[in-house]
Amino acid sequence: MSQLTVKTIVGIEVHVQLKTRTKLFCGCRTSFGDAPNTNTCPVCLGLPGVLPVMNREAYRLSVMTAMALKCKPARHTKWDRKHYYYPDLPKNYQISQYDQPLGEHGFLEIETSQGRRKIRVLRVHLEEDAGKLLHAEGGGNYSEVDLNRTGTPLLEIVSEPDMTSVEEARAYCTTLRQLVTYLGVSEANMQMGQMRFEPNINLHISRDGEIFKTPIVELKNLNSFRSVERAVAYEERRQLAAWQESGITLSQGGKTTRGWNDTSGETYVQREKEEAHDYRYFPEPDLVVVEPEESWLAEIERNLPELPLEKKDRFINSYGLSEYDAGVLTSTAEMAHYYEAVVTATNRPKPAANWITQALTREINARGIEINRLEDFPLSAERLAELVLAVDGGTISKNAGDTVLSEMIESGKSAQAIIDEKGLAQVSDSSALEGIVDEAIAANPGPVADYKAGKKQAIGRIMGAVMKASGGKANPRLVTEILERKLAE
Amino acid sequence: MSDLMEMTALEMRAAMECGEVTSRQLVGASFDRIAALDERVHAFISLRHDDALAEAEAIDSRRAAGESAAKLGPLAGIPIAIKDNLCTRDGLATTCGSKMLENFRAPYDAHVVQKLRAAGAIIVGKCNLDEFAMGSSTENSGFGPTRNPWNLECVPGGSSGGSAACVASRMVPMAVGSDTGGSIRQPGSLCGVIGMKPTYGRVSRYGLIAFASSLDQIGPFTRTVDDAALLLGVLSGPDSRDSTCLDHPVPDYLAGLEQVDFKNLRIGVPGEFFGQGLDAEVEKAVRRAIKIYEDAGATLVEVDLPHSAYAVETYYIVATAECSSNLARYDGVHYGHRSTAEAGMIDMYEHSRAEGFGDEVKRRVMLGTHVLSSGYYDAYYLTALKVRQKIKQDFDQAFAKVDCIMGPTSPSPAFLFGARTDDPLSMYLSDIYTISANLATIPGISVPCGHTESGLPIGLQIMSDVFTEDRLLGIARLIQESRQDYRRRPPILESN
Repeated sequence: MSQLTVKTIVGIEVHVQLKTRTKLFCGCRTSFGDAPNTNTCPVCLGLPGVLPVMNREAYRLSVMTAMALKCKPARHTKWDRKHYYYPDLPKNYQISQYDQPLGEHGFLEIETSQGRRKIRVLRVHLEEDAGKLLHAEGGGNYSEVDLNRTGTPLLEIVSEPDMTSVEEARAYCTTLRQLVTYLGVSEANMQMGQMRFEPNINLHISRDGEIFKTPIVELKNLNSFRSVERAVAYEERRQLAAWQESGITLSQGGKTTRGWNDTSGETYVQREKEEAHDYRYFPEPDLVVVEPEESWLAEIERNLPELPLEKKDRFINSYGLSEYDAGVLTSTAEMAHYYEAVVTATNRPKPAANWITQALTREINARGIEINRLEDFPLSAERLAELVLAVDGGTISKNAGDTVLSEMIESGKSAQAIIDEKGLAQVSDSSALEGIVDEAIAANPGPVADYKAGKKQAIGRIMGAVMKASGGKANPRLVTEILERKLAE
Repeated sequence: MSDLMEMTALEMRAAMECGEVTSRQLVGASFDRIAALDERVHAFISLRHDDALAEAEAIDSRRAAGESAAKLGPLAGIPIAIKDNLCTRDGLATTCGSKMLENFRAPYDAHVVQKLRAAGAIIVGKCNLDEFAMGSSTENSGFGPTRNPWNLECVPGGSSGGSAACVASRMVPMAVGSDTGGSIRQPGSLCGVIGMKPTYGRVSRYGLIAFASSLDQIGPFTRTVDDAALLLGVLSGPDSRDSTCLDHPVPDYLAGLEQVDFKNLRIGVPGEFFGQGLDAEVEKAVRRAIKIYEDAGATLVEVDLPHSAYAVETYYIVATAECSSNLARYDGVHYGHRSTAEAGMIDMYEHSRAEGFGDEVKRRVMLGTHVLSSGYYDAYYLTALKVRQKIKQDFDQAFAKVDCIMGPTSPSPAFLFGARTDDPLSMYLSDIYTISANLATIPGISVPCGHTESGLPIGLQIMSDVFTEDRLLGIARLIQESRQDYRRRPPILESN
């Protein structure tokens, strides 16, 4: 049997629901969970005689995203109608952008175990979402239509087929989510379907110098990173097995649409090539072309926030953080902002990073807190700063600091108040410590002899005696200093 | 005056202002006339008798209480009819002449309906039309055709045939229609009334049930140019709900009527408008009308509109493409006719549309679906858009040399029922002179310029550059003042 090498090729279409107050072409609210068909009006219901009017804010958020993806924003764009019949689409056409997307030819930089890579972005365009069908339970032969979601603005971001692994596919999706939340253009709440992924995947299999391309599969409507990961991995296996069995390649098999069953962990055929739609795109005559002014575009560009990777690099370079810490601290804009507030108040970038990535993260996880806004942190940056300084300055021990942190979150009291209340301040008075150290040396002749004989770790036993005698309050750094000096005498 | 309905809208307004007549009397007279004639004419699909009378009485009492004319509005108390493709939330159905929407009650008022109500107009009813405004004779209405008041054996033109016929037969002094390829001007011509299509973007289309969005425009039917100026002023102006409606200043059209300097007027008379297929009597009347302008000192200038030869083909690609898309929403799911045939989703779509739409609508939806199909789009739709650009350029070049273009509105006077129903192409050619204005987005007006020997009206079409409606109306007024055709009454009124 000859040697096979298999290369995975993945491109992903992502739909992001934009965070606008109102819908894309009418004034209805975009809120969710309301009673069916309450956030509707003649326009989004597609009643006879109505006309769409573009939501400028949606367009602005889209341009902002396109710019963050390093796309060239269009100076001239238009709207098109995409036709298909479905009961959740009341006009039976969707207003979208066909041949003139608002942004083209950018990239998103991702990080994987293999390092950083640019994934090219083919296009970014804006379109309206459809409604929802609720199928009757218990086998009723009807469906109910909820048009609350109809007309909410969706940004479609289409990548080039640049990803070559499950890991990259996942990294692209998580990085994109991080980006849109950084920009504040979307809540990107996955449970609410505010971000949906449609990976296109096939394999390039080489055998004896010949390359076989498997038919492309488009996976529809994945709404979690985990399902992207699992579905792409499943397709890698399935496509290889299918090719080995049938030998069918892209030129024969074309493109198929498949769905993902999260329970069975399998993909299934939704639409074969022959059933491909003719959407009969044509320019939307009810809307005028969009030609943004240069000054308006320039203002958006000027106000673009620092992007995640730029921020991460700056944290590494300016604050001397590790890759890992910088990554954790820039995982969300809120986290980064919180960290920098603590740094500003303490001027202790590394201890501040340690406190947030370790003890505070532990507390947040233990309490099941979700950080979506700055106010979600259980402790203000100013309060944490006080603690960072108390430990770093030697007022209290690291262990005492953990206790104080927990107590601060519970009680809302300041670090100083808790230190005073609990008597946690360390003894940093060397004259007081000298006596205790002398006593400990006298009481532990064995370890002292060991230490002097070169077994340096024996110092730990003597340290332990000092700490015990001090009731845990001795400043360990100071004790070590005194001990080493005395033992060297 | 013995016949209140012989008054123009401006005369009604003056009479109400000096207390000679009340709105209640005028609206009552309007309904009397409708009751007397509409069984034969069938201009209306629905009437709002009680509501209209109540609104008229309200206007009368406000006027009696001393409210100023300015506050009452420029159309206060005047009865008016609107084409039944304009949405109203007054409880009347908005049918668009289709069985599909026979029971559709819109939950909102069209922009122009709001404007009319704000201006104090009393809407008496909604007028018949070709289904979804597709047709040139109202024979395509799902509720039976309208008859021409000048000869009940003849069509009134279309698609706004009901609006034209009710004004011609003095049921109302003014009506509102819509024009996609001639649907105001052609019935205006065939019924002997003023019919005007304003510049695309002059009047908001919000609430006008779309046929072809890039061509549809709402406009007035009246018996006089002066009334058209009055009504156009009410309808015009920007609307934040229609992105294609332009924020262009609305001049005082009435005040502008006498501003035209005929001595310096340059009139383009394109040879293309006097070619094969033009009825001899129509040609004679139109040339005679143009002579009146020459006699007033105007200069005739030869202009070429070479691409107008392709106007009909271009129009039937653009219009059907847009119509196939605009009418996709009538599927029986959310509103409108739903087939009772028990079947699955696709069958429900197919049956509902098959039962709800008439033949002409189906024909155009199929044509439009075809021209937008993958593989045909470039050859048809894209090419049509390019030719449309050329047609527009022809007019731009012409308007560099002339102030207006004149010719016949329709190649023939009103024709007999059934004469063209078996041959869609011959029906499509009814709009051969009017279609170009829609493609070029320019305003056009049809003004009566005489009658055939058998007594059928003939219309002169005048077109001008975008947003020059004020001058267009002023030009049209000369022929009205010198011929006084509007005073001639259709025979149905005498047989009454």
